[in-house]
Amino acid sequence: MDLLTELAILVLAAFVGLEVISKVPNTLHTPLMSGTNAIHGIVVLGGLLLIGRVDGVLDDVLLVIAIAFGTINVVGGFLVTDRMLGMFKEKAR
Amino acid sequence: MSRADVVALLYIVAFSLLIVGLRMLRGPRTAVRGNQTAAVGMAVAIVATLLQPGIGDWWLIAVGVALGVAVGVPAARSVKMTAMPQMVALFNGVGGGAVALIAVVEFRAAEAELPLDVLIPLLFAAIVGSISFWGSNVAFLKLQERLRRTIRTPRAVNAGLLLIALALAVVIAAGSETELLFWLILVFAGALGVLAVVPIGGADMPVVISTLNAFTGLSAAAAGIALDNTALIVAGMLVGASGSILTKQMADAMNRSIANVFFAGVGTGSAETLGAPGGGTARSTTPADVAIQLAYARLVVVVPGYGMAVAQAQRAVADVAAELEKRDVEVLYGIHPVAGRMPGHMNVLLAEADVPYDRLKEMDDINGEFGRTDVTLVIGANDVTNPAARTVADSPIYGMPILDVDKSSSVIVLKRSMSSGFAGIDNPLFYDPKTAMLFGDAKHSVGEVLTELQALG
Repeated sequence: MDLLTELAILVLAAFVGLEVISKVPNTLHTPLMSGTNAIHGIVVLGGLLLIGRVDGVLDDVLLVIAIAFGTINVVGGFLVTDRMLGMFKEKAR
Repeated sequence: MSRADVVALLYIVAFSLLIVGLRMLRGPRTAVRGNQTAAVGMAVAIVATLLQPGIGDWWLIAVGVALGVAVGVPAARSVKMTAMPQMVALFNGVGGGAVALIAVVEFRAAEAELPLDVLIPLLFAAIVGSISFWGSNVAFLKLQERLRRTIRTPRAVNAGLLLIALALAVVIAAGSETELLFWLILVFAGALGVLAVVPIGGADMPVVISTLNAFTGLSAAAAGIALDNTALIVAGMLVGASGSILTKQMADAMNRSIANVFFAGVGTGSAETLGAPGGGTARSTTPADVAIQLAYARLVVVVPGYGMAVAQAQRAVADVAAELEKRDVEVLYGIHPVAGRMPGHMNVLLAEADVPYDRLKEMDDINGEFGRTDVTLVIGANDVTNPAARTVADSPIYGMPILDVDKSSSVIVLKRSMSSGFAGIDNPLFYDPKTAMLFGDAKHSVGEVLTELQALG
């Protein structure tokens, strides 16, 4: 894909991001931060893409760490957010 | 349809789920499902990536994922609600670390000279990812109170570190393929991350974590451009943009500008900047006195803070409230938007303790009530009740909206000692003639008050 197309996607995603989170109640700031935090764990995909392409022990080790880091970010982030939001669900009853 | 087309289509499904999920996170009723929707979107993106041609080394992938799950799941399951802010900081940090590592490997793996449209985003990802990793780890240590020192770094040092990292990046972009330079960039950016966060006081940490969260998103988007992967570009940028807005809203909730948070160093002020006004002394009281005062009140407002949550005194407080209600005393809770250690954190903590939701009043609703409040019970909330925010222009928390507890007829402060709060500044409220201090562990003190109340018959 050429750079301009990628930049177009980048800019559009920025506007969507700004639009999606406008005016959040204070109460939800912590879970929302934690939820967006989990989403950038998507960087784990970068590790998955690269690991087949490189060889060499150092690169492999670095990428395994990167994949582990990304997985912690994704899995931990979504779980923690779910636990926090679970508290809110209880009290709504 | 080729395999690449299938992957591209699945990515579109994944973006849609992430965007819908993020949107649903805006309201308390839809938030749980929103988070799950986003998680499904993430799973779709990961599966789609694994379908891409050229994905290999399945063993290594399995090892990495297994390691991540083995660390992440138990950590997320066992972390206490009170420790949530530092957990979020850690998760954010590893995300930034992953970006930086991926950037290094991509640089090392390049056989020919990388074109600038790959190299520039790659260098950006490395710098910002490294800042985010190290900054988040410092934020974690500070919130965990493992790191209490606040060194004030001269702004020139931070600027210098950033300039060196950028200069090295320019050297690489100009054609140098020396790998050492790339590692040095990570080192200087990391040092900047550490030194930028170390001076920042705990009260501002949520804004810092949120900023670093947005940074990690941006660096992931940049890595996406370098790797030619739309899922990374879209998801990274979504977080970069939404995280920036969130940061601004949090800073607004505390009436602080983001620049102020990063450069002014709130909460680094030492206690001597604000001695007891007029050399006043604090008056201490006993559980029996508190019980009598409460029993004959009409309206009691509880102002909970992080100290209460740490002492796990919520349930004891709820018992006292129930006892008071039997005596027709009205009990309300006044919640400051940044009570706890993150905006909204206290609501999470009280909800966990089953405190009835309709008793929880937000700051703007409760501030009008203090005028008719007979007794305000401040439990481990320090900075959010500090009248210095209204009156002392050179106080680091000046201008922050506070709970007007000093307008109630009398105030009882439950505290372990006279030590200053998280922001590290003294509280003139403690020396107010209508304030009495009940020293001790909050859970123990509240328990004693309950016993005395029951003894009143």
